[in-house]
Amino acid sequence: MRLNYPSEVKVIQVPCTGRVDIIHLLNAVEKGADGVYVAGCLEGECHYLTGNIKTRKKVEYVKKILGEIGIEPERVEMYNLSSAQGARFAEIAREMTAKIRELGPSPVRMNDPVSEKKAA
Amino acid sequence: MSELKSGSNLEKVLKAGHFAFTGECGPPKGANVEHLVGKFKHLKGNVDAVNMTDNQTAVVRMSSLAASHIMIHEGLEPNFQMVCRDRNRLAITADILGAHALGIRNMLCLSGDHQSFGNHPQAKNVHDIDSMQLINLVTTMRDKEEFINGEKIDVAPKLFVGAACNPFADPFEYRVYRLANKIAAGADFIQTQCIYNMEKFRTFMKQVVDMGLHEKCYILAGVTPMKNARMANFMSKFVPGMDVPDSLIDRLKGAEKGKQAEEGIKFALEQIEEFKEMEGIAGVHLMAIEWEHMVPEIAERAGVLPRPVV
Amino acid sequence: MIVADRKSLEEIQEMIKPHRKLLIVGCKGCVTVCNVGGSKEVEILASALTIARKKENNEIEIDTTTIERQCDNEYVSQLKETVGNYDAVLSMACGVGPQFLSEYYREQKFYPAVNTTFFGGAVSHGIWEERCAGCGTCIIHDFDGICPIARCAKSLLHGPCGGSSNGLCEISKETICIWDAIVAKKIEQGRLEDLLKVRPAKDWRTARDGGPRRSIREELTR
Repeated sequence: MRLNYPSEVKVIQVPCTGRVDIIHLLNAVEKGADGVYVAGCLEGECHYLTGNIKTRKKVEYVKKILGEIGIEPERVEMYNLSSAQGARFAEIAREMTAKIRELGPSPVRMNDPVSEKKAA
Repeated sequence: MSELKSGSNLEKVLKAGHFAFTGECGPPKGANVEHLVGKFKHLKGNVDAVNMTDNQTAVVRMSSLAASHIMIHEGLEPNFQMVCRDRNRLAITADILGAHALGIRNMLCLSGDHQSFGNHPQAKNVHDIDSMQLINLVTTMRDKEEFINGEKIDVAPKLFVGAACNPFADPFEYRVYRLANKIAAGADFIQTQCIYNMEKFRTFMKQVVDMGLHEKCYILAGVTPMKNARMANFMSKFVPGMDVPDSLIDRLKGAEKGKQAEEGIKFALEQIEEFKEMEGIAGVHLMAIEWEHMVPEIAERAGVLPRPVV
Repeated sequence: MIVADRKSLEEIQEMIKPHRKLLIVGCKGCVTVCNVGGSKEVEILASALTIARKKENNEIEIDTTTIERQCDNEYVSQLKETVGNYDAVLSMACGVGPQFLSEYYREQKFYPAVNTTFFGGAVSHGIWEERCAGCGTCIIHDFDGICPIARCAKSLLHGPCGGSSNGLCEISKETICIWDAIVAKKIEQGRLEDLLKVRPAKDWRTARDGGPRRSIREELTR
């Protein structure tokens, strides 16, 4: 099964979404990412029991921080899907990309000549 | 008759064995003396003493001390209320001395509603002492002629000391013990929270009588006539420590259009009739909140007029 | 431990507005345990502030460090070499931290990044509750290990007041009536008579009311 998804999405693999911390998501935004999302296992199906549930809370916290400093919280999201749902993975990638495209480039990157260059 | 503690009218009425009838009045939210005096005319001659509330529900008003003094000037007897929320022991002691100097002879000791209910929720509360310790403080000043630090007082204030009791707050089984504690602290009389659940109150009073508390203290039953079913519903749902049975709400709702207030008064009158006969009850404290003008009619219909002259 | 909450990012941003080079100092003491001012939170705050300033096109340089304890000059002194390199320093310790830092480094400007709230503990993950008011005269043994000074909204020594309803305090449905709990425990242990006495007015001199407090342990002083 070879599914296409937008090339803008850069995948970083972690053993469990539970490993994803608040600071990782913030650092991504800080360094100029227009959006970040976490693709975790379905709720109730975490191999480590609650990794995905804990990370959903972290994602919510990051959204709160972004909201407080005037950055669209929608730039950060959490999705749940199983490893068998390849089509869903591609669909989410398209969905998220479309949403970010709508929001436009991150204001962080707009004002940052360095990351602008990197992104270019 | 044993020696009087303060010689207030309320004390004399109770000591003489009459069924006491006290009223309540809130000072104005401003310096409107005229408005305050206007309320007095409904109460004068219809009650033995009038409670003057102290920043009730933590909403700031004219000081209860000043308003009590104005009341004396108008020929009524105040029951000066004092809460521990707004004063430390220095201010409390000073106000007690001042109250006596101004001719005040009754005082009700309260902890006070939390300031979060009122119009200055940002305030720092005091609670240096609590209501139990306030009873102890004022009776120590009167009986031992000492401040609570043990220093002697040059002309001690002589006040007839009251306390509140809410039989409907939780835990119910502890309420009678807390009342006993207030009496042990020195309370001469008790005014209860508004009573609506008569069955629970009868149970409570049985405990009071079994413990002999009514022989050590005068207990006045709190009555607040309901103006309508909405008020009953509100009190039932939103006022902590208030027990309004559904049967009363239904009874008010069932009244004919425009007759809910009359039904509320009827219920209050039935209560007063029962209190007159209830063992351990020495009187009624009528809290007609912002309904002072109904007091003459209620007193008349309750058959408590004319008030005894002692 | 001492519990604190981070100030809003809006308030912190306003504080540091004039500065372009900032040091954020965390503390490995209580604020690490209550997840508000340890190394993790320091990094999060640094990142959030960096993002905010990038967005405003008013960049800021933020360095971070977390010391053992900000309430101890032995550790505070460890910042000696670096603290002068910044326009200002944001402390994520309790209120003691920025004061010790200010006293030690008189030339530098320090800001508190947290609001210090109470002495308490974690009742479950992510939830802390107040337990002690630091009144200086502990009487919890009289109340079977429950402190009415810290935990009753009115600090009553003879509760529960008339606002106690279904085990809850009159101030909110989120607050338990601690006096209800005290009475329940006394009844359960058959010691209700403990409560049936009038306690003398409390001596508040040992509390904050007696003025700023100081504790001297002669055997330790030099």
